[in-house]
Amino acid sequence: MIKAEQKPFEEILEYLAPYNKILLSGCGACVTVCHAGGEKDGALLASALRMARQNIGKPLEILESTPARQCEPEFALELSDTIGLVQAVLSVSCGVGVQTLTRHFPTTQIYPGVNTTFLGETVEHGVWEERCQACGNCILEKTAGVCPIARCAKQLLNGPCGGSSNGKCEIKRETDCAWQLIYDRSKSLGQLHRLTEIIPAKQWGVQSRDSGPRRIAREDLKV
Amino acid sequence: MKSGSNLEKVFVNGNFAVTSELGPPKGNDVGVIKRKVDFLRGYVDAVNITDNQTAIVRMSSIATSAFVIQMGMEPVMQMVTRDRNRIAMQSDLFGAAALGIKNIVCLTGDHHTFGNQVHAKNVHDLDSVQLINMVKTMRDEKTLMGGEEKIEGEIDMFIGGAANPFADPFEFRALRTAKKAAAGVDFIQTQCIYDMVRFKEWMKMIRDLGVHEKVHIMAGITPLKSAGMARYMAKNVAGITIPDALIDRMAKAAKGSEEGIKICIEQIQEVREIEGVHGVHIMAIEWEQMIGRITEMAGLLPRPQMD
Amino acid sequence: MGRADEKQPEIQGEPMSPFEPKIVAFCCEQSGVPAAEMAKTLKLKMPNHLELVPVPCSGRIETLYLLKALEGGADGVVVFACHEENCRYLQGNVRLKSRVGYAKQIMGKIGLEQERLEIFHLATNSGVKFAEFLIQKADQLEQLGPNPGKIA
Repeated sequence: MIKAEQKPFEEILEYLAPYNKILLSGCGACVTVCHAGGEKDGALLASALRMARQNIGKPLEILESTPARQCEPEFALELSDTIGLVQAVLSVSCGVGVQTLTRHFPTTQIYPGVNTTFLGETVEHGVWEERCQACGNCILEKTAGVCPIARCAKQLLNGPCGGSSNGKCEIKRETDCAWQLIYDRSKSLGQLHRLTEIIPAKQWGVQSRDSGPRRIAREDLKV
Repeated sequence: MKSGSNLEKVFVNGNFAVTSELGPPKGNDVGVIKRKVDFLRGYVDAVNITDNQTAIVRMSSIATSAFVIQMGMEPVMQMVTRDRNRIAMQSDLFGAAALGIKNIVCLTGDHHTFGNQVHAKNVHDLDSVQLINMVKTMRDEKTLMGGEEKIEGEIDMFIGGAANPFADPFEFRALRTAKKAAAGVDFIQTQCIYDMVRFKEWMKMIRDLGVHEKVHIMAGITPLKSAGMARYMAKNVAGITIPDALIDRMAKAAKGSEEGIKICIEQIQEVREIEGVHGVHIMAIEWEQMIGRITEMAGLLPRPQMD
Repeated sequence: MGRADEKQPEIQGEPMSPFEPKIVAFCCEQSGVPAAEMAKTLKLKMPNHLELVPVPCSGRIETLYLLKALEGGADGVVVFACHEENCRYLQGNVRLKSRVGYAKQIMGKIGLEQERLEIFHLATNSGVKFAEFLIQKADQLEQLGPNPGKIA
């Protein structure tokens, strides 16, 4: 899912300095899973913000609400009435959720409370790692189910660079070398021969973000 | 002949080739280039011009290569995929060919976080295998990547690549070089060798794959200056392994630098005997002035005069 | 950040009403609760404004409860938990430790003193220690003054 991390507390306080009544809007999906901003983590942040403002003699009233998914119009619009009562919104959903709110509430100041970081897997409770870069053309079938676009620091498509050492990446010794993982898995699947096939240059300009923001329109689904 | 470069002719003629490396200046001081060329001229067949090595900003390899030609030596222009997309790289190749550059080594490049502009955007539009193939396409199909846009003129390059027999996974390393061969590489320069046993194992795998018949392998050699340098490299540089015996030998020597040169000569003599090794690539980092002495003591002089 | 370390100002001729800190004590049912009962039976002296919150295991306490207790009016929060190797539910008190650590980080950012939150490890028969610790904590909190972040 999308992973995010709460912004530094000082930064959030700075955003909220001009206000005395805001809505803290969470999201029940991705940010809940990575403990950046669902109902509970939103409540924790709200409590901390209230106390911080109390401490400097400028109380801040914070209403809390957590739609099931902030990126979905019908859920985001559930906030309409509450938004009418406040001066600004601190959204602890990912960047998508924040922008869904800005689109539907054009006259309301919406602040991002988290930094959206990556698409990732839960490795163990409390630990998340980047797995996908939404490149638009999945080649996991060619690379034994390990993505070199997301997991190789140089996005190599034809094998490890000369800095792969003991299965680790030269730029961060804790990071696994994606190509070592691809090699090991290909070996255990009996598919090492596939790694001799040359994977041609990626078409970044057509399917990826490089050709501008992407869009999917399913005519069969539109009403 | 693919490019007619001096290096290519040396190989084709069956001579044992010798190249070295030159790091461009961290600015526009052409005097730095001249000083290094003066140390190397006459002792090597061609000299690699590095491309922002370790992601430290230096004069571009294309500009430096052009100066090196003016100063009377043949450059091997290195090009990394880290900083440029395919538009810029093909554009640079047009320029390189026009400037008379005939050798190119296609590399991925050290990660930008090692360098002095850590907030840069990582490009990596292509990897080294795809870059090799791109240059081959430009030379042999006379089109841009994709095979459709015709090139005005000839881009005749002798195409090189790198190999690291000391990185992991070891079993895959020779296969990766074979992939580069399939992509169109003409010659390969290896990472510097200290673990001779592992290098020989890798060469055996290369021969088993028949790669030594398709590409010219050049063994990378770097003279050690001191035991401290050996220890530092062994510990900090990913992809370089130095056997303890070698570090001990350096530590016990009366004068480290002399012992380092001695070891270097022995290594050159040893790799010459290995079937499939067609040359040495001597990387004397910040020690270019030793190249003359090393090539002389190793019996590599005079360099053949090709016409 | 501001800190209310002065007692309430003396009004001319009127005696000062001393600050008596409010303490919220989360008590693990395996250790804290029996210790509390023992202290009560022995009629030991305990702070005046004390609220006991029993929990089935200290691991049940979420970071949010610790902060909400402070926000809601507590000048200090204490957690009575079993000794580290003695958790009936194995890792409950270990989780608690991480959460208290996280709460303290947040308290630092708010500007609240670290002493306002503390874990005390004890066993079922630690009635005397229970009371003593609370009295000490109340004294400490009197010196620190009221929690400057509370909204109550």
